[in-house]
Amino acid sequence: MIVAKNITKQFGKLKALDNVSVTFSEGECIALLGPNGCGKTTLIKSLLGMVVPDSGSIEFDKESISNKWKYRSRIGYMPQIGRYPENMTITQVIDMMKDIRKENNGSPDEDLVRSFGLNNILQKKMSTLSGGTTQKVSAALAFMFNPSVLVLDEPTAGLDPLSSEKLKQKIISEKQNGKLILITSHILSELDDLITEVFYMQEGRLLFHKKLAALKEETGEMKLSKAISKIMNEVTV
Amino acid sequence: MKKLLKYVIADIIQNKIVLLYTALLLIISLSVFNLENSSAKGLLSLLNIILILVPLICIIFSTIYMYNSAEFIELLVSQPLKRRTIWLSLFTGLAVSLSVAYFIGVGIPILLYHADATGIIMIITGLFLTVVFVSIALLSAGLTRDKAKGIGLSISFWLYFSLIFDALILFLLFQFQDYPLEKIMVILSFLNPIGLSRVQILLQMDISALMGYTGAIFREFFGNSTGIILSFIGLCVWAIIPLMISLKKFKHKDL
Repeated sequence: MIVAKNITKQFGKLKALDNVSVTFSEGECIALLGPNGCGKTTLIKSLLGMVVPDSGSIEFDKESISNKWKYRSRIGYMPQIGRYPENMTITQVIDMMKDIRKENNGSPDEDLVRSFGLNNILQKKMSTLSGGTTQKVSAALAFMFNPSVLVLDEPTAGLDPLSSEKLKQKIISEKQNGKLILITSHILSELDDLITEVFYMQEGRLLFHKKLAALKEETGEMKLSKAISKIMNEVTV
Repeated sequence: MKKLLKYVIADIIQNKIVLLYTALLLIISLSVFNLENSSAKGLLSLLNIILILVPLICIIFSTIYMYNSAEFIELLVSQPLKRRTIWLSLFTGLAVSLSVAYFIGVGIPILLYHADATGIIMIITGLFLTVVFVSIALLSAGLTRDKAKGIGLSISFWLYFSLIFDALILFLLFQFQDYPLEKIMVILSFLNPIGLSRVQILLQMDISALMGYTGAIFREFFGNSTGIILSFIGLCVWAIIPLMISLKKFKHKDL
C-alpha cells in the first residue's frame, strides 16, 4: 500500500533519512522502532508530505505522493506533539476537521471522543488543555474519519493507563478491520499484542524489517522488548 | 478554499488587533477632516498618514499572524488539503480583513467628506497598498523560520520602502545630476509600491508642486491617465510576485 524507494533527507549536516526503502502493506500493524533521533518521525512526516525528501520516491496505492494531497484523506495521523490553534475550543477543532474532511466515507467515528470523556470538556480552549488531554484530542481526530491507514507517533506517551488501554483496544479493533497501522513507541511491552511487523531504524538507516514471529524465533525470546534489546546489544557490540 | 477562509477570518477577527486598527484609522481620518477647513487639504494630510501607517501595520500584523499560525498550518498540512490552498487562504484572509478595516477606517470618512474621483482613487490605492504589504509580509514569513528574524525582515522592508528608497533616489540624482536620468527614474519608481501609490494619488490630484521628482517625470512621460493605469499595474505586480515567491517556498517547506 505504501512503497518508499531510496528516500534521503538531510537537515543541515544531519542525515535524518539515509537511502531508506520500505514497503508497508495492508492489514499489517507495524512498529517503527529505533533510538531517539533515528529518523522515525521524519519518515512518518515524509509519508504525510509534511517533509519533502531530498531524493527518492514514495508511492501510496501505486501513485507517487509528490505534490498530491487527496491521498491524505485516507490517512489518520496522530502527531507526537499535537499542536492546535490555541484560541479554538475542542468542538471548534473537531468541527473544523469534520468540515475539511467531510467528503470522506460514512459518518465520523466518535468512539474515542466518548470513551476519553472529551464530550464533557468540549468548550475548553486548546491552550488550557494538559499534554495528555491534547494527546486524546489528537487520537480522537486520527480515528474519526475512518481512514485506511493510521499513523500513530508515540500514541500512548502522556496518556494515563486507563486511556492508553482504551486506545490500545481501539487500535486492535481497527487492525481487525484490515487497516494498515504504523506505530512508533518506546514502550515495547505495550506493543506485544498489537503489532505484526517490526521496522527498526538506526541513524537514518533501515536496520531490519521483519515479521514479529520471525523476529521472536530468531532471537529465541517471547517478549518483543527482550528480542529488541538482544538485537540492539548485538548491533552496538 | 472557502472552508478554510471562513476559519482564518474568524480567527483574525477574534484577534482584536484588527478592530483596534480600524478604530485608529477611523479616529485619524475623522480628526484630519474636521481639523482642516477644506476637505481637499484634509485628503492630502490623510494621504501622508496612510502612506506610512497602512504599510507598517499591514506588514507587521501579517508577519506576526503568520508565525502565530504555525500550529494551525502544521495541523492543516497533514490533512487532505493542497499546500497552495492553505497558503492562499491565509493570504486572502489577511488581505480581506485588513482591507475591510481600511475601508471602514478610511474609505467611509473619505466618502462622507470628499467623495470625488481623487477620493475614490485614494481608497483604491490604500486597498492595493494593504494587499501589497500583506503579500510582502508572507514573503518575509516564508523566508525564515525564526520569528524574530522574520519580524525584523518585515520592519526592514517597510523602512526600505518608506524611507531608504527615497534617500537612495535622491542620492542617485545628486551624484548623476549631469546625466539625463528621466527614463531611469521612471523605471526606478516602479520598484517602490509606496512611491507608486503616492505618485498615483498626486497625479490624480494634479498638484505638481507636491509631486516630487519621480512624480513630475511620471506625468511628463505618461500623462495623467496612462500614468495612473500603469501605476495600478505596477501595484498589481507588487501584490502578486512576493506572494508567488512565498508560495513556492511554502510548497517545499518541511514542517
